[in-house]
Amino acid sequence: MLEITSIKKGIVIDHIKPGMGLKIFEYLKLDKADYTVAFIMNASSKKYGRKDIIKIENTLDIDLNVLGFLDPNITVNIIENEKIIDKIKLAMPEYVEDIIKCKNPRCITTVEREITHRFKLVDEQNATYKCVYCDHIYKWE
Amino acid sequence: MLKGRSLVDPEDFTLEELESIFELTKKIIENEKDFNDICHGKILATLFYEPSTRTRFSFEAAMLRLGGQVIGFSEPGSSSVAKGESLADTLRTVGAYADIIAMRHPNEGAPIHGLKYCPVPLINAGDGGHQHPTQTLTDLFTILDAHKRLNNLTIGCCGDLKFGRTVHSLLKAMSRYENVDFVLISPHELQIPDYLKEDLKRKNIKFQEEERLENVIDKLDVLYMTRVQKERFFNEADYVRLKDSYILDLEKLKNAKENLAILHPLPRVNEIKIEVDDDKRAWYFKQVKNGMFVRMGLIIKLLGVR
Repeated sequence: MLEITSIKKGIVIDHIKPGMGLKIFEYLKLDKADYTVAFIMNASSKKYGRKDIIKIENTLDIDLNVLGFLDPNITVNIIENEKIIDKIKLAMPEYVEDIIKCKNPRCITTVEREITHRFKLVDEQNATYKCVYCDHIYKWE
Repeated sequence: MLKGRSLVDPEDFTLEELESIFELTKKIIENEKDFNDICHGKILATLFYEPSTRTRFSFEAAMLRLGGQVIGFSEPGSSSVAKGESLADTLRTVGAYADIIAMRHPNEGAPIHGLKYCPVPLINAGDGGHQHPTQTLTDLFTILDAHKRLNNLTIGCCGDLKFGRTVHSLLKAMSRYENVDFVLISPHELQIPDYLKEDLKRKNIKFQEEERLENVIDKLDVLYMTRVQKERFFNEADYVRLKDSYILDLEKLKNAKENLAILHPLPRVNEIKIEVDDDKRAWYFKQVKNGMFVRMGLIIKLLGVR
């Protein structure tokens, strides 16, 4: 079995649904990171059967808000001295930027250059966001 | 304080701020001469990325009657937009020449994006099928004119409620007043967009959806008519079945209240029969004139010249 050693200090993003890990890797721009990152796919999981895991070493300065948008069931552990010192409870962020695009073909985001795709949370229970420009509803599924 | 502010969404201003615009508008109507030089030396730019005669003329007439001047374009082909200039750059540039900008744009949310770049007050003169807040100021002022109140009203909106931005803005604006109910009369295909429906539900606003005007006309204090175009129907059978239901005539009005106010953003095609024009409940031509006066009030407030 493949073994990835524990980290001394950093962040462990755990219980990622299998297949979602790569997307998170991209959203967090970890492909451009200058610190050590381990990306584990299809690890065995009691909860899901299979899961993805991301381990980020020696940095704690990452905006993890997007994880709450992608899947609030993901767990995020903060590690110091090889121990979990904090578990971050994820919530759906009030705004998400440049993660999803508006599907309204008449929206200004479809034509204007270098525009930020921005959505506001309008209904947490139903994971509903709306485009801040045209109000088009986006339901995360 | 409205000086220096912009208007892109009907909810941008508080009810008190709206009231202050309406108060000023009343004063302008009562004594227009007092205001005919108030914007001397000021320039309004009208950027119309899609054709409009009514709204553009209304803005331009408003500024000219206030003693100001007007620059702009009425279709983007004759401007730098045709060369591929971004909206952000156009607004930054025109904002260097003008004191205030009124913009119509085919893309929804364009004015919200524009706000980040526009150095002077920006007025949304219609963005796609989204919002049309100055038409809403006109509509609210006309309802106030007709009923002397903006609360305790049942408002019927009839026609194309899906693509009709004037209806979207009216619903947003009127749902802020107490005890206002809506009756939304349209074919199924042309009901209001989901985001508006969810918005009304969230705010606990009472609304009823109905296919036929004749079934509900007796309940209404305000009837807001819009045009239903044949091409908006998904099939010919529905069009034939329902088309007459969205045409207002004196026969339908027999069952309406005596003090019903009939509004229409215009232009009208055949959805209100000409025979209705002389009925005292027809407010749509007064609404047109109110539109110019209310825009005069808005320009004065945003420029802070009074």
